[in-house]
Parts: sequence; C-alpha cells; structure tokens
Amino acid sequence: MNTLYEAVIERLDQNNLWQFPGGVHPPGQKERSNTQPIQRMSIPEVLYVPVKQHTGVEGDIIVTVGESVLKGQPLTRSSLPFAVPVHAPTSGKITEITPQPSAHPSGVPEMAITLVPDGNDTCAMLKPLSQYQQLPKSTVIEAICDAGISGLGGAGFPTHIKVSPTKPIDFLIINGIECEPYISSDDRLMREHAWQIRQGIDVLNYLIEPKCIIVAVEDNKPQAIEALTIACQDSEHYRVVSVPTVYPAGGEKQLVQVLTGREIPRKGLPADVGCVMFNVGTCYAIADAIFSGKPLTERVVTITGSAIEEPQNVWAMLGTPVLHLLTHAGYLPHKQQEQHVIMGGPMMGFTVTRLTVPVVKITNCLLVPAKNELPAPEDERACIRCGFCADVCPATLLPQQLYWYSKSKEYDNAEEYNLFDCIECGACAYVCPSEIPLVHYYRKAKADIRNLRDEKDKSDKAKARFEARKARLLAEKEAREEKHRLAAQARKQAMEKSDSGAKDKIAAALARAKAKKSQSTENSESPQSTAQEKKAQVQAAVARAKAKKAQTAQNETTSADKKAQVQAAVVRAKAKKAQTAQNETTSADKKPDADTASNNKTSGTQVQDQPEMSDAERQKREKIAQAIARAKARKLNQQNSSGDS
Amino acid sequence: MLFYALLSIGALALLFGAILGYSAIRFRVESDPLVEQIDSILPQTQCGQCGYPGCKPYAEAIANGDDINKCPPGGEATIKQLAELMGVEPKPLDAAHGVEDVKKVAFIREDECIGCTKCIQACPVDAILGAAKQMHTVIVDECTGCDLCVEPCPVDCIDMVPLEPTAQSWKWDLNNTPAGDIPIKMVS
Repeated sequence: MNTLYEAVIERLDQNNLWQFPGGVHPPGQKERSNTQPIQRMSIPEVLYVPVKQHTGVEGDIIVTVGESVLKGQPLTRSSLPFAVPVHAPTSGKITEITPQPSAHPSGVPEMAITLVPDGNDTCAMLKPLSQYQQLPKSTVIEAICDAGISGLGGAGFPTHIKVSPTKPIDFLIINGIECEPYISSDDRLMREHAWQIRQGIDVLNYLIEPKCIIVAVEDNKPQAIEALTIACQDSEHYRVVSVPTVYPAGGEKQLVQVLTGREIPRKGLPADVGCVMFNVGTCYAIADAIFSGKPLTERVVTITGSAIEEPQNVWAMLGTPVLHLLTHAGYLPHKQQEQHVIMGGPMMGFTVTRLTVPVVKITNCLLVPAKNELPAPEDERACIRCGFCADVCPATLLPQQLYWYSKSKEYDNAEEYNLFDCIECGACAYVCPSEIPLVHYYRKAKADIRNLRDEKDKSDKAKARFEARKARLLAEKEAREEKHRLAAQARKQAMEKSDSGAKDKIAAALARAKAKKSQSTENSESPQSTAQEKKAQVQAAVARAKAKKAQTAQNETTSADKKAQVQAAVVRAKAKKAQTAQNETTSADKKPDADTASNNKTSGTQVQDQPEMSDAERQKREKIAQAIARAKARKLNQQNSSGDS
Repeated sequence: MLFYALLSIGALALLFGAILGYSAIRFRVESDPLVEQIDSILPQTQCGQCGYPGCKPYAEAIANGDDINKCPPGGEATIKQLAELMGVEPKPLDAAHGVEDVKKVAFIREDECIGCTKCIQACPVDAILGAAKQMHTVIVDECTGCDLCVEPCPVDCIDMVPLEPTAQSWKWDLNNTPAGDIPIKMVS
C-alpha cells in the first residue's frame, strides 16, 4: 500500500479513504443534545479546581488560602516540561487547598483548590499575541503552555509538547470526529465557532509547518462540515474531510490510518509516521489563548441522557461540580433506579463516585441514563468463544485471549498478546453476547501490570541504594584503616629520623617510665607480698612446730637414756644393797649361832666365797651390769628412734 | 575399504567435535546466576525479617536450599515466583517471620525528633535525611518500609504509615465497581 505523501493526497482528492479493521456502529443519540446552541450557566457556588488535569506532572501551587484571585489568574506554576498550569475560572476567594474527590473512576481524593466565586467574574489583565506570526515560535509555544492548554479530546496530553515536533510533519490532523454516542460538544463547537477553530489551526500551522492540514469530521455532522468548509475555503492546503461514521474512528491511531493509510507503530507516536493530531476544542482554546490571551478555564460539556430534562451543551468552568451542571439541565432522579452519572461517553466513560466531582479539562460529556436506557449489565456469563470481539477490535488484538489471561492474572501472557495496544474503546464488550465487561478486565490487568512495574522499579532502586550504601560503608572503613596505618607509619619514621641524643633521651625517658611503672607495680603488688610473707611465716611456724616435736622426740630418747641410767643406777644401788646385805650377813655370820651358820653353810660357804673372790669379781659384775644397762639403754634408744622415725 | 570408512567417519567426528567445542566457548551465553535471579524477585526492602541481613544474603540462602516462604514484604506473589524459579511447591508464608501487610512507609514526627542520627545509620537504603542535632525526615519515594528505623529511635517519633492509594496506583476492583460501569452495553 502506497502511503507516500502524494499518494495520500491523491486518495484524499478522490475522497477514497482507508479503513481501520473492526469497529462497531452503535446508535448515535447525538440529536438529543446537538440541536440547541451552547448555553451559559450561572456561576456555581463553589469550584474545586484540581491542580492536575492533564497527563504529566502538576505544578506548584502559588496561591494561599484566603487569597482573592481574579478570573484567569494562574494558580500553579512549574518549569518542568510536562507541567501545565491551572487558572482561576472566575474571580473569588480561595477557601481551601485540600484533596477532593477526583474525576477518576476511583474517586481517590486529589489535591484541589477550592474557590468560592464572588459573582463579579472580574477578569485579570490579558495579554494577547495578535501578531503571533512576527514572534519567535518559542514565545508562542510558551503562551500556549502558560494558558494551561492540554488536549481536550480525552487523553489530556500537554499541547505545548505536541506543537514542537522533532520530526518533519506531513499531515496536521484536526480531529472533529467525536465518534462516541451521545456526545455533541465538539459538534456544537464546530458549528458555532468554526472561524475561531480555523484561527487556532492557523497558529498550529505556523508552529508545526505541515505539508497539509486535514480537518476530519464524521459524516453524521453535516452542519459542522459545512461550517468548517466555509471557514477553511480560502486556503489551498486546508482540507475538510468527511469520514464515514464508525466507532472508534476518533481514536488517534484509527484516524491516522483512515486518513493516510499509515499505521502508528506500537509504543510509537503519530509523529513517527509524519502526523500530528489536535482536537477541535484544543484549536479553539489555542485561538483564545493567542488572540485574546484567555487561558483555558472553561470548556463545552454535553449534558445528556433520558434522566435529564433538557439535554444540551454548556460552557462549564473547569472545577464546576457535576451537580451544578445537572441542576442547570434539569436532573430527574426519579427516572433512575439509583444515582448513576457517567462522565464521558457510554463506551469509554466512567461512573462518578459522587456529585461533587469537578469538571476537568478532559470532561466532554455527562451522561445520565434513565432506568431502561442502557441495558443493565446482566450477570456476566461464560465466554462462548464466538469470536465477535476479535472481529470488531480496531487494534486487531485477540480480546478473548486477553480476557482469559487477564482474568487468571497471567500477565506475562497478556503482555505477549499485546495487552498494552488495547485502546479500551469497548467495542469488544459492546458486541459480546455473554455480557462480559471485557475492557474492565483489561483495565484492571493494565493497572496491575503498571503497579508491578513500579514496584519492580522501586525495588531495583532500593537494591542500588542498598548496594551503594554498603560500598560506601566499606570504603569509609578502609579509608579509616588506611589513615591509621599511615599515621602509625609517620610516627615510626619520625622516631627513626630523630638524632641519637634525642634517642637517648627517649630511651632514658622510657627507662624512667619503666622504672616508675615497675615501682608502681611493686606498690600495687604489696598486699600480695604480705600474703606471701604470711604464708612464709605460717610455714616457718609449722617448721618450728615440727622441730619442737622432733626435739621432744629426742628428749624422749634422752629420757629413755635416763631410764637406762636410772636402771643402771638401780642395778648399781641393788648391787650396793646386796653388797651391804652381804656385808651385814658376813657380820651377822660372824655373830651367828651354829644353826643358822650350819643352815647357811652352803650358802654361807657361797656367801663366804663371794667376799673371797670379792673385789675383782665384784668389779667385773658391775661392769657387766653396766654393759647390760647400756645395751638396754641403746636398745631402748633404738626403739625410740625407730618409733620416732 | 572398511578402514577408510572408519577413518573418514573418525576424522569427521573430530572435526565437528572441534567446531562444537570452539563455538561452545566462543559463543557462550552468559546466563544469569541463580542468586541474581532470586535476588531480582525479592522485594529489596532489606528489612531482614527473613533472618538474613538483606535480600541478597537471603537469595544466597535460598540458592543453598533455604525455605522460600520467609519474606513477608514479598508475600504470596514472591513465594509463587520463587517456587516457579526453584521448581518447588509454593507454601504459605512462614508466620514466624511476620505476616503480609499493606505497604507502609516510615514517617518522622518532626517536632519530636532530637536529631540523634540513629535512624539514619539504621536505614539500609539511605532514605532518611538529616544531620546531628538537626531534624530528620524520610524521603517517601525511597523508603522501602523495612521498619528498621523505628526501633533505634530513642524518642519513638517514627511511625509506619500505610501508603494511601493514588489515582495512579489505584486498582480496579471488579467486585466493588458500581453496576453498569464501563463499558456500557448499548444493544445485545
């Protein structure tokens, strides 16, 4: 298929467009709201202006509670590339800066500035750039950024990023398709403000310098096509193209394919195939910002559905609570079984969690269906594998497979089946005969996968930080040790370098110190020494006691000797006695009678004999007795000593 | 004849063997070591609830045969992944090491902080900012919720606060979405 510029132009000339695969044809229901001009509402009692209403990052809040602000005064500011400021939609006083329920399926509170209007709607000084063509592009882009313009079609991508493409652009596509049923805000805007949209396109033309500009409108909006054709008739390369009505022709990838036959690569941008796309509402806002200096503070919102008395389009200030819009158009709660307000269209919108949720930059419709208007989703039934979903998928995915994998949380497989190429248009769920809310499963799976990725990123970061910390602690420890080592080395070197005198002195000092130390040790050891002394004393005492004992033993021996001597003495005394007795006997023998003399003849003879052998024998006997006594004494002595030992 | 046949087959075998051997070395694919793979599954909170000083040591322990159910911050999802990687049966989380909890981050009540730097030293990922005798504060985006800073604080000024879901981290809850939410069927 030839999709070169010339071939594309040729086919556009013949109005022979391409087609995207799949698509559905839901009943439009647009005529309910597109017959009335866009109406102005009264200023609401309170506005909740969320600080982030676009894709990207929010700015820093530059106002304080209690401050009075004028209409169009910026409330946030940031120098970050993806930040877009928000502005005060009307004059009034800021009463609160707190999280408020958000215009998100979750209703999770997000930071919002609560503004109580004073009713005067006093406007701040505006700075239009009417001669924008004589200004550098950067000034114009800055003006667009400062006006807080982000895509009004649905994604909310910051416009100032898109108007400075890095690749050459063949086609600047202005998206006026508005393919979702019920919604008619772009339709009314194109009918009523075609010229201002044209002016916005002029600014984009100056900034982007495309080869061709295509204004694409679905063929179910003939009046809008007519108005834009008139607005663009004076310029050769502005083409207003009528596109066959099929849902979702308004999707970025689908519209590029329909108009140019080029397919945007997955994960790619329209700029990759030489295209860039803006919503008609964005063009209107750009014209407002450049030619009158008005920042983006209001947008067209369709209020429709059978539970609305007068379905219509209104200019709604950003931050207006949903309830205010419903009251304006006539909300009929009795027509609903339970409160059910859808922000966005019936295919891609979401049910708001409460009626204080504010209108934001991407809010194009409030749908309030009556009880039987939209078939109540019956209980989901089992997939019968009819394959209708695959037939209608504009991204040529396999919704059935994605459904199985998403439901069973096999996210790896779901990603392999290109879950992230799903544009969540809802065509598959629309045709599903089993009433399976397929997109719901995909959205949940996508959210889960994104969370898992975030967690993975976070854990990788934590790991890197943990390892960096470990490395740092180790390095610090090593540095400390190295320092200590170097210091020790330096000391050593200094000692070696110093002269011998100093060395001697040091040695002397050391010796002194040592001496002192040893002394002090001695002193400190004195109690121990006394203990030792005591011990020694005790030992000495023991020794003494032993010696005494030994002496006593010896004394005993001596006493034994004495005994022997005593015995000897006794023996001697006996001997003496005996001698004396003999002597007496001899004397008595000298004066005895005959009888005694005859009785004692033998003995007398013996006795007589004794004195006869007297002196020599006596001496001998004494000596023997003495010897015996001595021997006895020695024996005793020996016995004693052996007993001692 | 047979000899030549054997010789030529042998020569061919040697030749192909050499080619295979060479390419095995030359074109070797560096495989991720098991410990690295396990480590990449673990949540990297570095909390030490598993009983090891950090996620890497636990990864090494698992590679050496330790149980896979000791990581409360990772919870069931981590156990499943580990079971798949290690080829073992997933088992319930070991309650001895703690229970799975909502994600939390540390929060320092700054009025009460005395600037002792003890929590800074305890933080395994350097997520606490401050200096001696200066107030400390937690960098929420870097905090892993490991709980290790709570205990050393001498004035008990650190709380573990559950993370509020944001619009970005919010998950679609299929059971609690209002009936008739997107996509809305027009005709059946």
